[in-house]
Amino acid sequence: MTGDNHIHDHPHSLLPSDPELRVKTLESLLVDKGLVDPAALEAYIQVYSEEVGPMNGARVVARAWCDPDYHARLLADGTAAVWELGYSGRQGEHLKVVENSPELQNVVVCTLCSCYPWAVLGLPPAWYKSSAYRARVVREPRAVLKEFGLELSEDVEVRVWDSTSEMRYLVLPERPQGTEDWSEEALASLVTRDSMIGVAKAIEPGRAGQ
Amino acid sequence: MNGVHDMGGMHGFGPIPIEEDEPVFHEDWEAKVLAMTLALAGWQRWNLDRSRYAREALPPAAYLSMSYYERWIAALVDLAVENGLLSREELREGRPASDSERCDPPVPAERVRDILSRGGPTVRETSAHPRFSVGDAVRTRNIHPAGHTRLPRYARDKCGEVVLHHGAHVFADAHAMGQGEQPQHLYTVRFAARELWGDQASPKDSVHIDLWEPHLDAQ
Repeated sequence: MTGDNHIHDHPHSLLPSDPELRVKTLESLLVDKGLVDPAALEAYIQVYSEEVGPMNGARVVARAWCDPDYHARLLADGTAAVWELGYSGRQGEHLKVVENSPELQNVVVCTLCSCYPWAVLGLPPAWYKSSAYRARVVREPRAVLKEFGLELSEDVEVRVWDSTSEMRYLVLPERPQGTEDWSEEALASLVTRDSMIGVAKAIEPGRAGQ
Repeated sequence: MNGVHDMGGMHGFGPIPIEEDEPVFHEDWEAKVLAMTLALAGWQRWNLDRSRYAREALPPAAYLSMSYYERWIAALVDLAVENGLLSREELREGRPASDSERCDPPVPAERVRDILSRGGPTVRETSAHPRFSVGDAVRTRNIHPAGHTRLPRYARDKCGEVVLHHGAHVFADAHAMGQGEQPQHLYTVRFAARELWGDQASPKDSVHIDLWEPHLDAQ
């Protein structure tokens, strides 16, 4: 560990200033040295562009809405319950599921960086990583939720979860009214990424285009 | 460290930049940055906590003026040089040094999915008895380390209640600084919003923060 030396001495400044050029230069250097396999880079991109995303979490939520045993297992041990459905791995190693109710709204943030449950939600949206969200949602969660269109009565409790360890949080939103006879698959279509971060409710059936 | 990255509670950043139907990546180069960051981690010259610290250690003005993935690329380059994967000369020239031996990448494409699905669990066995139990009243320490810490500034010297115990986990504060894993008991501590922000906060609200035993004292 080089202490202050590290802080004041930044090799990255040797690269071109344009981000696209900077990345191209670095990539070709890494590939030419054999430090990375170009096909592996493509594989990483494919996983997070096409294979892992909020649809995973939506299936978890829909299963919990339909199956009381799964619901109980999910709240007791989120990691194991999510594994059951095959959603394991990076940034989802230790998962805690927190449940919303008419009296309680849970909201997730990482004020220090961008910690997020990749395994169930994919990569975080830009707003989640933004300075504004990180700075504000711990201090004025109700004002932030209002910007997302979620206005809460003063009677509703707001719990913000600042994800500072490798614990990752997934919000289990309330099941919308009028969905009693819906299939699990149809229910999953009501579950949005934002509702599993806690800045929105699940989609009401009348507004889902069904 | 008390870097600008430790943003909880700061003013002045404006409204939340909400984007409808946001793509996973806005530019192709952003996807490349993510992929290079994950692939180079395969050399195991640094750990996740160390790479977080490398991003925090960017000068505050640079940190704020960079986009998210620009921070990642800057930290990645700094780590690669600091840990001997690349030299300054190579960065300057944009090609391998003449005496550089070609390496064999530790993460070939066929291993990517397996590596991602296994992830990097941080829970560890420890013989140390947890100091705190659920329901205990605790006070966070007033610390200002120059190195990495996962105790946010807005939650220092504050009183809270332990609401979850997660067993022992790799202690990020030590792990980031090259001091080994030093597993410590990890808790979720509930802080009343008014304890953190005063009377302007709703009496009903709270913030829950994951904190390790060395961050806490009994109240």
